[in-house]
Amino acid sequence: MMRTVSVAETAPSTYAWAVHAETLRVRAGRHLAVNGLDLRLGTGVHGLLGPNGAGKTTLMRALATVVKPAGGRLTLLGEEVTAGADLRQVRRGLGYLPQHFGFYPRFTVREFVEYIAWLKEMPKAVIPGAVQRAVERVGLADRADSRMKTLSGGMLRRAGIAQAIVNDPTVLLLDEPTVGLDPEQRLDFRELLREIGLDSCVLVSTHLVEDVAVACTDVVLVSEGRLVWQGSTGELAAQGGDADAGDSATERGYSSLLRAHRERVSA
Amino acid sequence: MTAHPTPALLSHYASGGVGVDDATIWAVEAHLETCADCRALLTHTVDPGTRGLLDRVAGAVAAGIATGPAPVRRRRLPRTGVAARILPWLATAAGLMLAAVLFEKTFASLPSLVLLVAPVAPLLPVAAVWSRRGDPVWELAATTPRTGLPLLMRRSLGALVAVLPVLAVAGWGTGHSPGLWLLPALGFTAGALALGTVVGIDRAALGLALAWSLGVVAPSLVGGRLPAVLAGSSLTGWALATTLLLAVVFVQARWRSQLPTSTFR
Repeated sequence: MMRTVSVAETAPSTYAWAVHAETLRVRAGRHLAVNGLDLRLGTGVHGLLGPNGAGKTTLMRALATVVKPAGGRLTLLGEEVTAGADLRQVRRGLGYLPQHFGFYPRFTVREFVEYIAWLKEMPKAVIPGAVQRAVERVGLADRADSRMKTLSGGMLRRAGIAQAIVNDPTVLLLDEPTVGLDPEQRLDFRELLREIGLDSCVLVSTHLVEDVAVACTDVVLVSEGRLVWQGSTGELAAQGGDADAGDSATERGYSSLLRAHRERVSA
Repeated sequence: MTAHPTPALLSHYASGGVGVDDATIWAVEAHLETCADCRALLTHTVDPGTRGLLDRVAGAVAAGIATGPAPVRRRRLPRTGVAARILPWLATAAGLMLAAVLFEKTFASLPSLVLLVAPVAPLLPVAAVWSRRGDPVWELAATTPRTGLPLLMRRSLGALVAVLPVLAVAGWGTGHSPGLWLLPALGFTAGALALGTVVGIDRAALGLALAWSLGVVAPSLVGGRLPAVLAGSSLTGWALATTLLLAVVFVQARWRSQLPTSTFR
């Protein structure tokens, strides 16, 4: 049977940027991990790069509406995220893979993704189909009915990606998704990212520069809670010179931008 | 329903609608969608070649379904994810009640410890179902639209279903009126939920338990007699307070979906 397309699905979006942050400040404990960050993200795959402690995970958690911003403005899918706002509509369009992905060990992969789909308020009738599709897209179809405690680290990560994409999110936030994936799975994952990035806003936090070089269309470079640089992958590769540290053009561009930023800050 | 199309019109439609205007074809199509009898007539008017093709396709699809993987069996009872993690807390609550029963049986002259402990017994598991330690998926759950008071109420109901039988056994074993342990337990749970939307469910549960222990349990143990709030005459008061608090919780659940315990207010 053909599916009826609702008016809401075909309506044009009323916002310019899926993610829009203006002088955003977010606390991690007492420390201000994100301090005055300006960011605008539209459709596409964006790689979030930065040294350890740059505030990547805190930024991800703020965008996922886990933590409340301490200041500034954050607008997701055209709706401002503030205290007391009803976030249900925004959250229906979110997919999130936390850095520390918690799960119920006695659940099977299918049961777990089904539970998350239920938490995301998906209509009951579409859940079984959407779960099967998400599990197939991450290549876990043959292990869909094994308990999560029997999965390897890479499989758990893929189960985490499956729960994030089960609702076809408009904003997909993946915090270190490639940890534990073997090279072949990493290739499949990049392919999946490109596919999802065609019509949604994907933000991938990673410390692997080569992942960004191949899978992402844009790069967001943060350091000490601020935006250092934003541009396309090609522009990042063009930033580096022969004198910069790194094995590939993208890595040299990354270290060149960070060095220039540190010199600016210390000057 | 529109009038049934004539058999002649149906056979024209089946053979491609040559010589019939579009508006008539649309009307036939719209009618066929709603009328099983005319669809049955239509199958007889289709020419043998097309019927053979349809049969072959149907046969191939059926064979593909028969040889493919079987559909996954649906589980009737959805698993509740947090249940396993809060078992220790349920066990603690049950142990507390058991200790209270033993204490009461041993020291018959002292005020009933079962009645004194029953109101705060469900608070432990109720706080546990919404804690980061109790729910490994809390960070994910906090980003979903279903997070908030309605989800907490669901989980609290599960905790109550597990704790109330223990209370019932303890109350029945020591021969107390059911209202005197049931209503305070429900009232305190509703109170913790209502207060939890303001300060967080863990703080609310802890605060209420502490207030009850210091304000009622300790004085009555020292004084050696049951306080007036746990006498048979205060049942009406407990019933009123419980109903009122439940109403407050339901209104809050309707009007605000976010809960401070999900870190995002």
